[in-house]
Amino acid sequence: MGPTLDFLTLLPYVSELVKGLTTTVVLTVVTTLTGLGLAVAVAYLRVNGQPWMRWGLGGYVEVTRNTPFIVQLFFIFFGLPGLGIKIDAITAAFIAMTLNLAAYSAEILRAGISATAKGQLEAARALGMSTLQSYRHVVLVPAFARVYPSLISQAIIVMLGSAVVSQISVFDLTYAANFIQSRNFRSFEVYLLITLVYLLLAFGMRRAFMLVGKRVFAYQQGEQR
Amino acid sequence: MGTTPQGFKDSVQHYLKRLHTGVVATGMAATLAVGGLSASTAAHADALEAIESRGTIRIAVPQDFPPFGSVGTDLQPRGYDIDMANYIADEMGVTLELITVTSANRIPYLQTGQADLVISSLGKNPEREAAIDFSDAYAPFFLGVFSADADESVEGPEGFADKTIGVTRGAVEDMELSNVAPDSTTIQRFEDNATTISAFLSGQVDYVATGNVVAAEIAERNSRRAPSLMYQLKDSPCYIGLNKNEAALQAEVNRLIAQALEDGTLNELSQRWFSADLPDNFGS
Repeated sequence: MGPTLDFLTLLPYVSELVKGLTTTVVLTVVTTLTGLGLAVAVAYLRVNGQPWMRWGLGGYVEVTRNTPFIVQLFFIFFGLPGLGIKIDAITAAFIAMTLNLAAYSAEILRAGISATAKGQLEAARALGMSTLQSYRHVVLVPAFARVYPSLISQAIIVMLGSAVVSQISVFDLTYAANFIQSRNFRSFEVYLLITLVYLLLAFGMRRAFMLVGKRVFAYQQGEQR
Repeated sequence: MGTTPQGFKDSVQHYLKRLHTGVVATGMAATLAVGGLSASTAAHADALEAIESRGTIRIAVPQDFPPFGSVGTDLQPRGYDIDMANYIADEMGVTLELITVTSANRIPYLQTGQADLVISSLGKNPEREAAIDFSDAYAPFFLGVFSADADESVEGPEGFADKTIGVTRGAVEDMELSNVAPDSTTIQRFEDNATTISAFLSGQVDYVATGNVVAAEIAERNSRRAPSLMYQLKDSPCYIGLNKNEAALQAEVNRLIAQALEDGTLNELSQRWFSADLPDNFGS
C-alpha cells in the first residue's frame, strides 16, 4: 500500500479553510498595525521617557522577548481568569500578538533611533522645526527607513507564529487544518495545502510592505541616491 | 478518554497476535497440549462450583485506571472496581483474591483460567463478545456535556444554542457533540484533555464535553467548578467479564448486581468514586 494523495477529500471543508484563512489575515493585518504603532510609542518612551517609564517598558520588552509566545498566550487566556479578567479567545490572540510584535519591533526601532546623530536633531531645531516636527522628520521616519527590512521580517514572524493561537481555539488557518485532519485523517494533503497558503501569505506580506515602503520612504531613497 | 477506538483496535490486534503465537507454540507440542487443554476445560466445567469449593474468588482488577482502579498511598489497590470485587466476594461468602491487570492482558487472564471474573472497566463490543461473556452493567461510563452549575439542565441538545462548549479535538465526544449541537453553538476544540479542562476551569467555556471519568477527576481537583451532567452524548457502561458457558456464575453475578442496584450499593460507589449519582438511564 503506497501513499495515495487525494486532495478531493478537502473539498467538503472549503468553508472551514476560508474561515480560517480570513481569521489569520484579519489577525495579522490588525496586529501588524497596532503592534507597530505601539512599538513606536514604546521605542520613543524608552529613549526619551521618565526613568520609571524607561525601566517599566524595559521590563515589558525583556519579559516578552525572553518567554515563549505560547506561554504568554496561555497566561492571558487561561491565567488571567484566575484574577477575574476573562478575555475571549480571539481578543486574547489579538492582545498576545500585538504585545509580542510591539516588544520586538520596539527594540528594532530603538536601534534605528539610536543611530541618529545628535547633531542632526540639533540642526533641525536650529532650523526652527518644532520638537515634534524635528523628531518626526529627522529621527523617526529615517529610523523606520533604516530598520524597515527587519520590521518586515518581524511582522512575518508574528504572522507565522499566529498558528499558535489555534491552541486556545481561535478558528485560524491552523485550527482549520487541525480540524479537517481530525475528521478526514488526510494529514499530508491538508498540511501541505496550508503550508503553501502560509508561504503565499508571507510572500504577499513582504510584497505589500515593500510597496508601502516605496511610497512612505520615497524621499529618503532619493536622498541616498 | 482512556481508550480511543483506534487505541482499542490496536490492543485487540496486539492481543490476537499474542494469541496466535501461543497457538503456534502449542502446535509444536501437540499431544501434550491437547491433553493439558482438555484437563483444564474439565476443571472449569462449572466455575461457580469451583469458586465455592475453593472458598476463594480470583478477580482481575485494574491498577492504572483511576477512579476504577489505582494504587493508593498505602500501596493498596483502591477504586470502584476494587469495591465492586469486594462486594461480590462478600456476598458470595468467599475470600477475595485480587489480581491486578492492565487493559491489554485482562481478557487473557480470564481465558487462561487465572481469574474467575474481570472487573476492570470493561466495555462491550462484538470482538470481545465473541471471546468472553458479560454480566449486566455494573458501572457507569459515558460521554456527556457537563456544567459547573448543578442546577442547570437542558431538555435536549437544542438547549446548547448560543453557548460555548469546550471539547478535545478529534475525540469521540467531539464527533458526537458535532452531530447533535445546534448551529448556533460555539464548539471550542482544544488540543488535549488538559487544555480542555483548563478552559472549563477558567470559565472560558460555558460547558465541557467529556467522559464521566474525566468529570470525576475535575470534581476531585476543583470542587468550585465540579462538573455535573446536563446531557448524555454516548453511553457505554462497564460490564463484568467472565468465561463463556458459565451460566451459573453469570446468573449469580447478575443477581448480585441487580441487588446492589436495588439497595443503593452501586449508587454509593458512584458517589464515592465519581462524585455523582448513577445516571438515570443506568441499568435500563
